[in-house]
Amino acid sequence: MIWSPAAASIELLTAGGWGSAMLMGLARSLTIALGAFALGLVIGVAGALGKLSGGAVTRQALDLYTTIVRSVPELVLILIVYFAGADLINGVLTALGQAKIDFNGAFAGIVVLGVVQGAYSTEVIRGAILSIPYGQIEAAHAYGMSSWLTLRRITLPAMLPFALPGLSNLWLIAMKDTALLAVLGFGELTQVTRQAAGTTKAYFTFFIAAGCMYLLATMVSNLLSRRLEAWATKGVAHV
Amino acid sequence: MSSPSNEMAGGGKAGLSRLRLDAGTLTPIVAAIVLATYAALRMRWDWLGDYYPLLIRGLGMTVLLVAVTASLGMLLAIPIGLVQVVGPKWLALPARAFCTVIRGTPLLLQLWLLYYGLGSLFPQFPWIRDSALWPILRQAWPYAFLGLTLSYAAYEGEVFRGAFKGVPKGQLDAARAYGMSGFLTFRRIWLPQAFRRAMPTLAGETILQLKATPLVATITVIDVYSVAAQVRQQTYLTYEPLLLISAIYIVLAVVITKIFARLSGKSGDNTAFRKS
Repeated sequence: MIWSPAAASIELLTAGGWGSAMLMGLARSLTIALGAFALGLVIGVAGALGKLSGGAVTRQALDLYTTIVRSVPELVLILIVYFAGADLINGVLTALGQAKIDFNGAFAGIVVLGVVQGAYSTEVIRGAILSIPYGQIEAAHAYGMSSWLTLRRITLPAMLPFALPGLSNLWLIAMKDTALLAVLGFGELTQVTRQAAGTTKAYFTFFIAAGCMYLLATMVSNLLSRRLEAWATKGVAHV
Repeated sequence: MSSPSNEMAGGGKAGLSRLRLDAGTLTPIVAAIVLATYAALRMRWDWLGDYYPLLIRGLGMTVLLVAVTASLGMLLAIPIGLVQVVGPKWLALPARAFCTVIRGTPLLLQLWLLYYGLGSLFPQFPWIRDSALWPILRQAWPYAFLGLTLSYAAYEGEVFRGAFKGVPKGQLDAARAYGMSGFLTFRRIWLPQAFRRAMPTLAGETILQLKATPLVATITVIDVYSVAAQVRQQTYLTYEPLLLISAIYIVLAVVITKIFARLSGKSGDNTAFRKS
């Protein structure tokens, strides 16, 4: 008796093909999250360096970017970046005499979430760079390293242990933020789940199944980030 | 999150950065002027006349959502944090699981589970459908308030767990030595000190809560975002309503920051505790 709802749920997930559709959605969510996180990292490193050693205008412009992104809801930003991105790309294409394209799919999701992630990454990486004992950077200069070499050999590796907790948190946010793309319809996990639930009327089954998938992804990520942190802090003295 | 590092940045080369800041503060001002001029000249704002009553109503809903769910969420967060530090296992484990599940899944999914899931479950029970609460349970807003409260409670519960844990044991031992009872120790010593530790995160969490409120529009609650979405659908204007509500959210975030700065100015006067 107790098992019959569970059995019915499992049958719903396996028989109707919704289970595999949800797994596809999960894969799509994770792809978008990974891409957005990577784009965010690139923006973050550039933004942090700009904030720390850029000119007045660069720094103020970056401050404006991080402040706006951190106080406007992701849902609103996603819509603005999505529409503005589509207009911009099609504007450029029209100017070049090309046909308009459909700014949609995983690429759009990555760009949209990446711009949001970039603002948070900027702050995390900036804080981490500031935590590096300044003597290390001075020592690099004393050895005659160029600033690019210093960045590659000293600053980036040395800031990693300080940045990892913040960055792993950002990765979790990236995964959960992909759910917001359901509003635009990118075929990621939450949207597929809603379709499945709406069609079968088995709301609990599908929403809980999707919740378990997100939770599993979060827990695996936590495990990996703990390993990564242990590896990165190997040479750091524990206070 | 940013304020301590801001201080660090300023402390390093104070003279230089002050000079730069004076020249650089122009950038946001210039950007604002350019944007405002563009908005005034090239964008359409005539819809504001028709929609402003709805916008005000939506804004009221957004403010109400943040205020009510953050307050209730914090009341829940204190016991959730506390039982994970001193509670028996049968209380600590569910609290831990609650925080993990809520923090590990998207809020949008939680809202849809509550609204569509419970919303489809409740009508199956005649005693719920016949109860006096049914006219309320049939609407969307109870699920929005519930979902946002649980979310805030989970994130802030995690903060309070750390805050309760971080109060030095000597403080509690001293209270015990003064002959205070367990509850008195909690009320006079443990809670105030934990609260002071949690305080710096509260402003940030509350801004995150503000940023989470537009999700309720997906379950048909009329907040300020949903009004903007409605304007977009009915007038085919894309950027104007989105820019307007972005500005509204920025102002609200500034107000939240100011409120918490004032609150922590009152309770955070004893800096020795915060540094320890």
